[in-house]
Amino acid sequence: MFSLFKKFKEGLTKTVSAIAAKTQGLFGGRKIDAASLDELEEALYTADFGVETTTEILAEIKQAYKKDPALQGRQAAEIGVAVLRRVLEGSEGRLDVVAGTGKPQVIAMIGVNGSGKTTTTAKLAHKFKIDGQSVLVAACDTFRAAAVEQLKSWATRLELDIVASHTGADSAAVAFDAWQAAKSRGKDWLIVDTAGRLHTKANLMEELAKIRRVLQKNDPAAPQHRWLVVDGSLGANSIEQAKVFHQSFGLTGLIVTKLDGTSRGGAVVGIWRQLKIPIYFIGLGEQPEDLQPFSAENYARAIFGLE
Amino acid sequence: MFESLTEKLTGALRSLRGTGALTEANMADALKEVRAALLSADVHFTVARDFIARVQAACVGQAVLKSVSPGQQVVKIINDELVKLLGEGTTELAAKRPLKVLMVGLHGSGKTTSTAKLGKLLKKKGARPFVVGCDIYRPAAIDQLEILAKQEELGFYSDRVTKDVPALGTTGLATALAQNADVILFDTAGRLQIDTDLIEEVKKLKAAVTPDEIILVADGALGQEAVNVAKAFHDALGLTGLILTKLDGDTRGGAALSIKSVTGVPIKFIGVGEKTADFEPFYPERLASRILGMGDVVSLVERA
Ligand SMILES: Nc1nc2c(ncn2[C@@H]2O[C@H](COP(=O)(O)OP(=O)(O)OP(=O)(O)O)[C@@H](O)[C@H]2O)c(=O)[nH]1
Ligand SMILES: Nc1nc2c(ncn2[C@@H]2O[C@H](COP(=O)(O)OP(=O)(O)OP(=O)(O)O)[C@@H](O)[C@H]2O)c(=O)[nH]1
Ligand SMILES: [Mg+2]
Ligand SMILES: [Mg+2]
Repeated sequence: MFSLFKKFKEGLTKTVSAIAAKTQGLFGGRKIDAASLDELEEALYTADFGVETTTEILAEIKQAYKKDPALQGRQAAEIGVAVLRRVLEGSEGRLDVVAGTGKPQVIAMIGVNGSGKTTTTAKLAHKFKIDGQSVLVAACDTFRAAAVEQLKSWATRLELDIVASHTGADSAAVAFDAWQAAKSRGKDWLIVDTAGRLHTKANLMEELAKIRRVLQKNDPAAPQHRWLVVDGSLGANSIEQAKVFHQSFGLTGLIVTKLDGTSRGGAVVGIWRQLKIPIYFIGLGEQPEDLQPFSAENYARAIFGLE
Repeated sequence: MFESLTEKLTGALRSLRGTGALTEANMADALKEVRAALLSADVHFTVARDFIARVQAACVGQAVLKSVSPGQQVVKIINDELVKLLGEGTTELAAKRPLKVLMVGLHGSGKTTSTAKLGKLLKKKGARPFVVGCDIYRPAAIDQLEILAKQEELGFYSDRVTKDVPALGTTGLATALAQNADVILFDTAGRLQIDTDLIEEVKKLKAAVTPDEIILVADGALGQEAVNVAKAFHDALGLTGLILTKLDGDTRGGAALSIKSVTGVPIKFIGVGEKTADFEPFYPERLASRILGMGDVVSLVERA
């Protein structure tokens, strides 16, 4: 468990150093002043937090500063952490079997093009295996060139059970077959990788609904988990994406990828504020082990450069 | 959301009607609205700030036109500045033959797809394009490019065994030239701009194949990160152009302004879909009104 935590920290260390570099001195022993407040505003905006969260954090720090003109950077950071923690309260998704439903528990990975669905499918399946749970993955992206080969290649590398067809096949039929296979092999989990699609494309959104309808012929509760994979380096459009996917598919969770870069994934805070969809995992790289449970506390502290 | 800036600006500047000229003071509210619009379109914080300063300088002293509202007038000035900035430089690729093009960018930005799209476009214009798959890391990345190349009847080379990317590039180039190709496109692996090993690798690839064009392929929905990414790739490689992808969605595309501002490199093409035909030349006017969230006002002022 310690190593997971460490990995989380390492991944976000670059994030932290980026924000800490912006606000250097601010979160050290230095006293707050007008200039450091401006720097803080800039740092928050450049983390993609957007107007609402930035304003809220700034307002509380400014208020504290007004009460105590000797306010130190470190105290300001603690206030920032407290605000973010409060905003994110309840946002940590913890994966569990959905009550009253049986095996396999189905997780559908959905999202816009290139967000990290296939890689996350592989990482998550790997995690299940390590945790001693059985899993099958379904290659339901039958659209993109070599998408099937991509997941197959992961399956070979990580020794995962997979059900796949060929490019151009009916994605819903693959999902149906995969469920049957998962059931007959007594799998705990079925992870369905789907094609990337922009939320603005009605026909492609309808294909998702079809995958769901077909899965429900097997089990009315499936897919119990409908997760949006969000690229952490994208901006405000992530919120639009989440809204539309949520409307048409009823999201139950989020995964934020690519947080091993210097992006801070602040748009996800906006998604949480508006839709209250919990965040399950964060992606911190391209390797199977680069997937960590989301911790609001760690995230908040990392953002403000606190240990 | 798209039309709100125009409305807000019209409101913020209503009081100006009848006043003689635009001044710093009487534009303050309006520029605040513009800033908010730019930020919500994902334009980088400091880029937005500098842009506002430019607009302010351009506006101050201008007489308030009688025929349109001052709000509309300011929108027009902002729009013109934005078009000017976005449209700087040529959208054409270098005419040189053989032309070597290196495609780089973050993970999943659309490099492989755009490589095939560009190949298709150039083929249509009579070139003999050839693609080289230099992504030896992502599972099935080479297969993806090979399938697209076959589909578009482009020359193709890669190596599924080697771990030496610059050598792969060199062999790919030689193979392409031997087959009489006159445009050679190198698709590379996605990489973070802070991944020093992979940045070193692509620098070596550049040294090995000496590309004429180095294109950053960026997701049109990138957030504030766009500035760091563009700056680092530009510093490491010396970019010559940009391709913005996934503009078929509803992203406002403010990242384009951020990238353009920090690199000065021209935007050459945009991706507007998954299919290889979904690829267009770049028009600054369209992107400007998309970022600002308006369109009709500009033509209104134009007619006045
Ligand atoms: N650095 C980094 N790269 C990642 C992460 N997750 C995925 N990637 C990379 O992002 C790129 C896209 O990932 P995919 O898993 O293919 O994304 P996808 O959503 O399945 O893409 P489509 O199926 O084409 O829509 C690949 O190069 C992955 O290796 C992450 O957490 N960090
Ligand atoms: N809607 C849309 N999708 C696009 C566009 N360009 C690329 N894509 C999709 O985006 C996803 C990623 O595209 P790729 O070409 O694989 O991206 P890449 O940069 O090569 O990814 P890596 O090699 O993993 O870093 C795929 O699902 C593509 O179909 C575009 O303009 N619009
Ligand atoms: Mg995929
Ligand atoms: Mg690629």
